[in-house]
Order: sequence, then C-alpha cells, then structure tokens
Amino acid sequence: MKLTLHVWRQKSPGDRGRMARYEVQANPHMSFLEMLDVLNEELLAKGEDPIAFDHDCREGICGSCGFMINGVAHGPNKATTVCQLHMRHYRDGDVLYLEPWRARAFPVIKDLVVDRCAFDRIIAAGGYISAATGSAPDGNAVPVPKDTADASMDAAACIGCGACVAACPNASASLFTGAKITHLGVLPQGQPERYDRALRMVAQAQQELFGSCTNIGECEAVCPKEIKLEVIARMNRDFIKASWLRRK
Amino acid sequence: MSESLRNDGRIWVPKTPGDKRPPSQIPEAERDYYLERRYPSFGNLVPRDVASRNAKAVCDEQRGVGETGLGVYLDFAGAIQRLGVEAIRERYGNLFDMYERITGEDPYRVPMRIYPAIHYTMGGLWVDYPLMSTIPGLFVIGEANFSDHGANRLGASALMQGLADGYFILPYTMGNYLAGARLDKVDAAHPACREAETGVAERTRKLLSINGKRSVDSLHRELGKVVWDHCGMGRNAQGLEYALTKIPELREEFWRNVNVRGGNEELNQSLEKAGRVADYFELAELLCMDALARQESCGGHFREEYQTPDGEALRDDENFCYVSAWQYQGEEQKPRMHKEPLRFDYVKPAQRSYK
Repeated sequence: MKLTLHVWRQKSPGDRGRMARYEVQANPHMSFLEMLDVLNEELLAKGEDPIAFDHDCREGICGSCGFMINGVAHGPNKATTVCQLHMRHYRDGDVLYLEPWRARAFPVIKDLVVDRCAFDRIIAAGGYISAATGSAPDGNAVPVPKDTADASMDAAACIGCGACVAACPNASASLFTGAKITHLGVLPQGQPERYDRALRMVAQAQQELFGSCTNIGECEAVCPKEIKLEVIARMNRDFIKASWLRRK
Repeated sequence: MSESLRNDGRIWVPKTPGDKRPPSQIPEAERDYYLERRYPSFGNLVPRDVASRNAKAVCDEQRGVGETGLGVYLDFAGAIQRLGVEAIRERYGNLFDMYERITGEDPYRVPMRIYPAIHYTMGGLWVDYPLMSTIPGLFVIGEANFSDHGANRLGASALMQGLADGYFILPYTMGNYLAGARLDKVDAAHPACREAETGVAERTRKLLSINGKRSVDSLHRELGKVVWDHCGMGRNAQGLEYALTKIPELREEFWRNVNVRGGNEELNQSLEKAGRVADYFELAELLCMDALARQESCGGHFREEYQTPDGEALRDDENFCYVSAWQYQGEEQKPRMHKEPLRFDYVKPAQRSYK
C-alpha cells in the first residue's frame, strides 16, 4: 500500500518548522512506527535527516510514543497507542498528516518529539506515598477491598503519554493529574498525603501552564489506557476538600 | 506475549508438515499437542527454555503455522468452554487486546500464533553480595546485574529482582557503604572526569565523521541475525566459531561504513542508536564466547552437541558448576574469564525431567 504523509519537520526548539510531504510504501502488517522506520531508512539513503519521534517498548505500555494523525492523538483506533496502531487500518492512497502534541507546556524539541518534563514535575509535586524504609511490610498487613484495588489499578494504567493534553482544547492536564491523584488517593497507603497531594499537584499543573478542565471529554476519548473522566471528579473533590481543610 | 497465557492455553501444530488449512478446519485427530504429548506430567507448563526449543523444533519440521511458518498455535477454545469467556477476559484481557492489535485476529475466536523471541541475555554486570560492582560505589540493581538468574530466566522476574534488590538489599548495603566511605569532593576539572569527557567527545566525533553508506539499523539487523542464527535457542561450536569471525567483521564495517547524520549539539536519535549498536558488537561477541566456552547444555543455553538421547539439555556439573565472570580488558581485547564456583549444600543440581 502506498501512502502520502505530511509530517511536521522542526530542526530544533527555536526553528519555525513546516510540513513536509513524503510518499511511503507500507505493508499492512507493519505498525505505524515500523512504517516510519522504513521511511527513515529511505530518507537516510537519500541523504536526508530522518524524522525524529519518541518510542521505546512498542507494546503500548511505556508511554513514550505519540503524535497526532489527522488531528487525532494516537490516531483513529480506540484505546490504542500509535505503536500498536497497524497499517491494516489504512487504505492504499490514504493521505495522513502527522504533527507533534501541541501545548504550551509541551515545547517541541524536534519534529514529532516534545518535552514532557512538565508531567514529571507534576508527579514530583505529590505523586508519592510516605513509606517506612527498612524491611518490607507483610503483604496482607493492610487489607484493600477488591473494588478499591480495581479503581486504583484502573487509574494507575495511565502511562503519561500526554495524549489527553494534546486532545484538550484547553491543553489541560486534568486527566493525567486526576489519574495520579486517584491511584494513590483511593488506597489506604495514600491517605497520609492525600489532601496535600491534591493541592500540590494541581498547583504544579497550573504553574506549568496547562489549562483548566471544562468537561469536554476529548481526553477520555483519545486516552490509550481508557482512563475515565471520573478521575477528574475525584481530583476536584480532593482539591476542594483540601482547600477547606487548609482554611480551618 | 506473556508466558502466563500458557496457564490456560493449549499449544499445538498440525500433525502433517505443510498443512496450510486454517486452524478451525483441522480436526482434533490431526492436531499435535506436542508439549502434552512429550511432557505428560507438565504439559503446556514446561519451563520456557523447553517450550521454546520445542516450538523451534516443530517449526524446523515444517509444521509451523501462519504466513511465515514461524509460529505455533496457543489455543484457548477449551479454556473458554470450561471457564467461560468472562473468566478468560478477567485473567488475560489486556494480553488478548494487545494480540488483537498486533495481528488483527480475535484470540477469543481464533487460536493465537506465537513464537519464542529474544527477551533477555541471562547475564549482567558482576556484583558482590551487597550488589556493588567492581567500581567502588557503583551499585547495580535489578536485571542489570548478574546475581539472581540461573541459566533460565524466570517469569516476571524483572519485577521480582527490582523489588528484591531495592527492598531488601540496597537500603542496608548502600547506607553501609556511604557510612564507611570517604567521599572527596570532585568537580568537572577532576582528571577522571576530563578523561571520560574527552573519550565521549572523541567517540561522538568519530561516529559523526564516518559518513559511510550503511544505516545504523541495517548493521543492527545484520548483527541481530548472526546472534539469532548462531547463538539463539540452539548453539553449536561450528556456528559459534562462525559468529566469532563474523561479528568482528561487522564491527569493522560499522566503524568504517556507518552513516550517522546530524550533529552533536541537538537531539540526534541516529547518534544515540549508533552508540548503542556500537556496544552491541561487544555484547554479541561476549555472548558467543561465553556460549562456546560452556561445553554443556543448561537452561536457555542449549549446546546441540550436549543433549540426552531424547533431545533434552545435558548438563555437566562435574566441569561447569561455576559462574563465568568475564573481565573487560579494553577495547577489542579478549576478555578474561574468572570462574566463580557454585556451591550447593542441601539441594544438588540434577538432570531435569518434565515427563
């Protein structure tokens, strides 16, 4: 199958950037990133610079990859990272536009690679629990009901890829921040810092210039891990409660 | 795919070589559940080295399935009938979804096609009991060190070793080291820092200035194929000796003919990859050297010359009951082997049997 790609090329953070047009021959069994690998080999052979894009595990579990395909984060398939998107979902002759995540808090480093350190700083602001060092606690010392463990696990499925921010018209990081707050906040181990955590992580997200949530839901629609909007409600609840507790 | 799937899936291939019918049209009597047949007591739950070698063996007999013939079926039809589709979804839903994305086939209806792949090198940096390497103060934890695995990698052990080292060992040993060590203040002007900096700068300049004809990926693939063919699930002296002549040739070509574009002061993924692949030549050579020196079969290391009459790994504890720790002797110098004897006081190593 033959595809036409329009790809965002930007040499460095300071470069203006532009769309460049490429033609590539793909095999339907290839993943989207393997198709780009093939294109990059061809570019190298022609003496051109390969297209930079982030990737690591290529199993959809590390959160490294991701860009916009025809305006949709991670492309058209539900609950699928771009590394797990396969070319059999496209047809011969398709024209695709590839662009990096666009957000003030995610500056472009090169081509399709953006700087997502803002997410790291949100985590560093409160995404941890206090734990005694030394010998490990007994596995069953703190019982956790199954539905609570499941709620935490579902939120912990967030791989921090940034698709939620890219899809949001406000470039809000609420789904990400909510997922991190929820996965610790519903467990007994997460209680000691629960309210401080909500205040600190939300404040950090604002400081990074992520926008606010206006309940549009684009984030949930593109999330490759199907994180639910419910985590934003939990974040808001903890944040409001924390603000009142602080006022006392 | 994760090996946990073998808890409920049954592995089979057609009995007749070259049978290209879709799995649903192959009747029960014409299927070979080869693990259950060869290992009646363990069946599909044999360890991964045994499962891998058997998958390779049936594919070598032209009984592999799928377009490439490099695959065996992992069939959940029986488990779904027995336990219901919901129970299977609860256990393996994420893996089934992942499989569906990669292949475009629904494993709830069609058997999965699987084949062994390289996962791990069964080795790592030498460390002492407190997990410190030969460089004072450099601790190595998790699967980057050599300490926990035998000759067969255990399932889910990336997490296991990370937790065990991080939870139980490092909190004590690293604190102990810091308490007893005199750590002088060093800055970027320190000779060792200067030396490292010059070394990296020189290597980077060299990689960028070769301007050859071959991409890093093409050399990486060729190297990978040599290791896969000659130092994979089955090895023999002839193949390993061939690999040991081929790898230096490839390394020589890499340093003469690689094409790394772009510069040094920007994000340069080709340069990053080139640095990694340059290291892989060394690793590949060491893997082959180690495999050649160990004249026995043991876990994932299967020397074709050393097998039991029914084709299982034949160990030689008389002569090879040791860890091979290879000491780096400098670039392109043959590493030196140190033998660390393995002592078994209570449980003695024995020939494994899963029959």
